[in-house]
Amino acid sequence: MKEIINLPVSKIEEEEYHINMGPQHPSTHGVLRLLVSLQGEIVKSLKPHCGYIHRGIEKMCEKDTYPQVIHLTDRMDYLSAHINNHAVCLLVEKALEIEVPERVKYIRTIMDELTRIQSHQLWWSSFGMDLGGLTCFFYGLRDREMILDIWEETTGSRFLQSYNCPGGVMRDIHPNFQKKVHAFIKTFKKKIKDYDRILSGNVIFENRSQGVGILSKEDAISYGVTGPSGRGSGWSCDIRKIEPYSMYGQVHFNEVLRYECDTYSRYMVRMQEMHESMNIIEQLIDNIPAGDHSAKMKAVIKLPAGEYFQRVESARGELDVYVVSDGNKTPYRMKFRTPSFTNLGVLDHISRGMKIADLVAIGASLDLVIPDIDR
Amino acid sequence: MTFNIYDFTSFNRWIDEGLNSIMSPTWALITEMAIIGIVFLLFYAVVGLFLVYAERKVCAFMQNRVGPNRVGPYGIFQTIADFIKLLMKELVYIKDSDKLLFNIAPFIVIIASFMALSAVPFAKGLHAIDFDIGILYVIAVSSLGVVGILLAGWSSNNKYSLIGAMRSGAQIVSYELSVGLSLLTIIVLAGTMQFSEIVEMQRNGWFIFKGHIPAIIAFIVFLIASTAETNRGPFDLAEAESELTAGFHTEYSGIKFAFFFLAEYMNMFLVASIAATVFWGGWMPFHVSGWAGFNTIMDYIPPLVWYFGKTAFIIWLMMLFKWTFPRLRIDQLLTLEWKYLLPINLVNILFMAFLVLMHWHF
Repeated sequence: MKEIINLPVSKIEEEEYHINMGPQHPSTHGVLRLLVSLQGEIVKSLKPHCGYIHRGIEKMCEKDTYPQVIHLTDRMDYLSAHINNHAVCLLVEKALEIEVPERVKYIRTIMDELTRIQSHQLWWSSFGMDLGGLTCFFYGLRDREMILDIWEETTGSRFLQSYNCPGGVMRDIHPNFQKKVHAFIKTFKKKIKDYDRILSGNVIFENRSQGVGILSKEDAISYGVTGPSGRGSGWSCDIRKIEPYSMYGQVHFNEVLRYECDTYSRYMVRMQEMHESMNIIEQLIDNIPAGDHSAKMKAVIKLPAGEYFQRVESARGELDVYVVSDGNKTPYRMKFRTPSFTNLGVLDHISRGMKIADLVAIGASLDLVIPDIDR
Repeated sequence: MTFNIYDFTSFNRWIDEGLNSIMSPTWALITEMAIIGIVFLLFYAVVGLFLVYAERKVCAFMQNRVGPNRVGPYGIFQTIADFIKLLMKELVYIKDSDKLLFNIAPFIVIIASFMALSAVPFAKGLHAIDFDIGILYVIAVSSLGVVGILLAGWSSNNKYSLIGAMRSGAQIVSYELSVGLSLLTIIVLAGTMQFSEIVEMQRNGWFIFKGHIPAIIAFIVFLIASTAETNRGPFDLAEAESELTAGFHTEYSGIKFAFFFLAEYMNMFLVASIAATVFWGGWMPFHVSGWAGFNTIMDYIPPLVWYFGKTAFIIWLMMLFKWTFPRLRIDQLLTLEWKYLLPINLVNILFMAFLVLMHWHF
């Protein structure tokens, strides 16, 4: 304090000070540490420091068999656990050239979309909370509960399901599954109007988010910002459209694109994606074909020696899995390209010159999940 | 002794005369001060605790929750339990903090709200002091609270606290203008600053009806500005828990934190009761001139019920704001005040003056 008081006035204005946002901070949603340089309220630059929740998942994978690896992928992006499982399963099936039953494809796709919806619901909740609207948090969690109940019945777990396994899914869907999914969609279509009423149409919210954190399409591509954050900048990067997997090639849905490039457009992309996801589920839920819930698999899964690669669209963006196999039952090397890590990279670029409050809004609009960053 | 729930004047006189008859006038005055002090302390604690409980219930209602429901019936003793917990908590002292300022800051905040409360008339004859410049006094005293917030932020030696205090300073100094000007609009109509007279003048119609359009505009402006002045609702930038963790009171613990917490709720009670007194007639029942029978029935409802009912309604409105709107950004907050509320207010005062001159009010 004393040194600052003794400085001449012009120098005080140039003086930058640093704040550690995190590892314990309400709006970093976990143990992310942002070293922020501030001038008054204005963010001059920021440095993300990650690694506080690094568990070495990729290294751990090297001593695990493929069915075991699936359980680790749950713990990366816990909000799209099912999609992470899906990526590894698709990779193993591709490597072994196994054709999974149609029923499995249907179930996996429906589960993927349910995952996407609940992830976006939780994102919406915390987005509202970061902007100071605490009521949003409870609205979002209330509706998310219905999806968790559906999962609990079918998969036996509410959060980290590990429902996929190479060749199919762990067990068949619960008899109530279709009924409950229908009930959820019916309820949520009504409830999502409340979401718009309490946040999207609010004048304070629009002022807080419009024109904040501009991420141009060129920057989105060069920084590799995928998922809803990239589509908010008008970059068509939906893996479900580019390289359709499971049932995505056969259902009709729109890739949501917005061109305002700001926090509001990233927000609106996710809100519309929830509608699109419900649309996909509605097309599939009544037509699940009868059949086995898993293909015949060998007891020990050994991938032929070689390199394998699989991309899926997780709730946060493009999730890539890359495996080098030496023919053993465990992968020789495994690498995940997680969307949150690449999306975090752009935070410094788009929040320069913004206020502290904007930084929180931008961080929320990128929808970062910290275990996904650190792995 | 004649205790009358509709008029406390004779009751006050009875206490005054009783005390004077058994001791010298100086000691009688000191005893009266002590009584009033104790009564206010109790009132402060009870209202503060009740408002915290009410806020938690209203917030729970807004958010599809149940709210506190474990301690006592409907959880009514929850806040008391919390308060006891805060009393027993350790007071953490921060290294390199300015000890003196750090310690007196919560007291400044709480004293400011305490002093302002003394001018509020709760019922006929039931007020601590009846200044002839009551409104001026309340505005002057309640704005002292910002000094405490600034000191708290400055002395904590924490950058989050400092940012919170800077925001709070800019915010309260700006919104003080709107609060003052919107009250001034009603002073133009009333022609007095004395609270008891202002209430008395609303005998045949509250000012919000008497002053119609400009009074309603002034009320809305007052509601927005006073929400901002109490650091609440969409204007809680000084705390901004998602940005600054807890803003100016990040480093406070135990009972010192409780002081800030209580002061926030008492400030809310204070501005709500001033709004009720100035715009909605305070303890004055709802009267329609000419309807004698209706007015008599209204008179049977005790003034304290009217007063607390109106205050509770305005507090409820302020709670709804808080749990509905997202928070503003600091530049938007100042834009709202200097570009919208202040010009509206200035035009509104002229409009009101014109209205009074032309006798267009009721």
